[in-house]
Amino acid sequence: MAQRKPRLAVFKFTSCDGCQLSLLDCEDELLAVAERVEIAHFLEASSRVLPGPYDIGLVEGSISTPAQVEEIRRVREACRLLVTIGACATAGGIQALRNAADVAEYQRLIYPAPEQIRALERSTPVADHVAVDFELRGCPIDKGQLMELLSALLNRRCPRLARHAVCVECKARGAVCLAVAGGGPCMGPVTQAGCGALCPAHGRPCYGCFGPKENANVDALVHWWRHVQGVERAQIAAQLQNFNAAAAAFEDAARRLEGEK
Amino acid sequence: MSTGILPAERLDALIGELWAAGYTVIGPVREGGALLYDEVRGSEDLPVGLVDRQEGGRYFLEPSGDGRFFGHTVAATPWKRFLDPPRRRLWRAERRNGQLHFLVETEEEVRFAFLGVRACDLHGIRIRSAVAEAGPEPDEALLDRRRSALMVAVQCTRAGGTCFCADLGTGPAVDLPADLVLTELLEDGPHRFLAESRTEAGAKILQRLSLGPAGEVDRAAAARAVAATRRTLAERSPRLEREGLRELLYRQLESPLWDEVAGRCLSCANCTLVCPTCFCSAVEDVTDLEGARLERWHRADSCFTAEFSQIHGGPVRASTRARYRQWLVHKLAYWSDQFGEPGCVGCGRCITWCPVGIDLTEVVRDLRRREAEESGERER
Ligand code: SF4
Ligand code: SF4
Ligand code: SF4
Repeated sequence: MAQRKPRLAVFKFTSCDGCQLSLLDCEDELLAVAERVEIAHFLEASSRVLPGPYDIGLVEGSISTPAQVEEIRRVREACRLLVTIGACATAGGIQALRNAADVAEYQRLIYPAPEQIRALERSTPVADHVAVDFELRGCPIDKGQLMELLSALLNRRCPRLARHAVCVECKARGAVCLAVAGGGPCMGPVTQAGCGALCPAHGRPCYGCFGPKENANVDALVHWWRHVQGVERAQIAAQLQNFNAAAAAFEDAARRLEGEK
Repeated sequence: MSTGILPAERLDALIGELWAAGYTVIGPVREGGALLYDEVRGSEDLPVGLVDRQEGGRYFLEPSGDGRFFGHTVAATPWKRFLDPPRRRLWRAERRNGQLHFLVETEEEVRFAFLGVRACDLHGIRIRSAVAEAGPEPDEALLDRRRSALMVAVQCTRAGGTCFCADLGTGPAVDLPADLVLTELLEDGPHRFLAESRTEAGAKILQRLSLGPAGEVDRAAAARAVAATRRTLAERSPRLEREGLRELLYRQLESPLWDEVAGRCLSCANCTLVCPTCFCSAVEDVTDLEGARLERWHRADSCFTAEFSQIHGGPVRASTRARYRQWLVHKLAYWSDQFGEPGCVGCGRCITWCPVGIDLTEVVRDLRRREAEESGERER
């Protein structure tokens, strides 16, 4: 097969770089990746940039400035398959906490020359602006899922990216359910799997960093925490408003919790 | 077949005999805030002096105030975890010089001794095995593990908060031919076990322990202990009324109650994953980057996931209403059509381990009550 290698590009918007680092972290597999694809654009790893079009584009970060709104359209056009990676790109990230606040006010408080700042009112997921082919959730993403996605795309099969609850992975590991056995409010039952139930397996209730599962019934869980377990409202709000605060299922539940006062 | 008295301090001798006979002994152990089933090397691994408190969506451990090894009830894990592991590789293939080579998975041979199996769970294992046996492609791997396993049952001297075995006829007394049946006794004598073998394999183990004989006092104490459990269960019975259950569910498939339950249900799948009889699984293929190696895996799945009923165009059961209804009606009605009895043994795990305490027996009672109310209205 004298085929040219597929070209991989990695782009960054508003984010901490942690998800891109997960790719560099794949140490053992990274060589294999480099054998199978041409890394054409990956500024975190190399300043060598090849022009598009690209076969696979991995996009990290949320869209939070007017310039990024333009930029993501160009990226979309340059990539045959566009994959968003991490909570920022898939749900607006931790910076979306400002979505519920007055951004102009923040700017006045923090910057000496706030008029220099061009920011959107909301930190938004990439999918609000352009079509997305696949999503890798998490803060940061899971290395295993990244390798699974790349293997699937390179071998032309459908990637296994479960949309069910973290609970399925927790039970497969044989971990004790923290939600029931007194471990505190765990986001697992409404959070998408993919991390392998990392936190619950170490005795820490799920923070929800993979965002809402398919069909998430967040209100029902919030109701149970508040009215049966007597969890403080502030603690519930903290669970809903972190890495995926702008994911619709979490954001709506947080708003209703607020309205319930 | 034979009975004897095993003094509590000789429980280690029994566990030792099981290991010596080549079994991997699995029994209740404490893990954080709950009991699970895991490897037991000696009696010090057992949750001595602990009882479990279970209710819908809530579980905690408490000191029992006595030195019982088995004062608790069913642990969080279903035994199916060992007979039907939640993740298991089925086969591998490698591409060499453009040719695919298939490598059959050879299972490491493990013979389990399950120590502390309760009456309901024995039925759960029986029902799970019956499912594995049914159909054109029996699950031989599961059946092999079951056939080679040794069951050391323990009588329930206490009923858990969510137990309802009596309603299903699966307990509290051990009525299946377990290899060994132990009743833990504290009354009318020192801390001891009435040990009874019900199979050849069990009898051999007892023989090697050369136990002292059981007296009338011991048998009477054992009978009293189980009778007390039966009384507790009878007081709250029926949680699940069997009479006309299947027909009730078939009549109520369009009840608005399913929407109400769906309003509470998280569709998280915990109920099916802890249920001793739920058997659904998914098959997944994994490749490496080069496409030179392929692995096929079996993993536990559930009718509460969207992937489970995914076909071209979307999942057949997209709503939580449809998923909850599938679960409950399968357990208590379709299962009877498929396998001649319900798929529930009344262990209560799905109630305890539901993160929002949904109780299937309560859903059934609500369906019944509504139907009665409606027919009452019609008559008026
Ligand atoms: S349906 Fe619930 S009570 Fe019945 S066997 Fe399964 S887990 Fe136990
Ligand atoms: S209730 Fe659901 S998971 Fe359990 S056996 Fe039936 S279809 Fe499978
Ligand atoms: S009934 Fe409970 S355990 Fe089962 S899927 Fe619904 S919320 Fe989860």
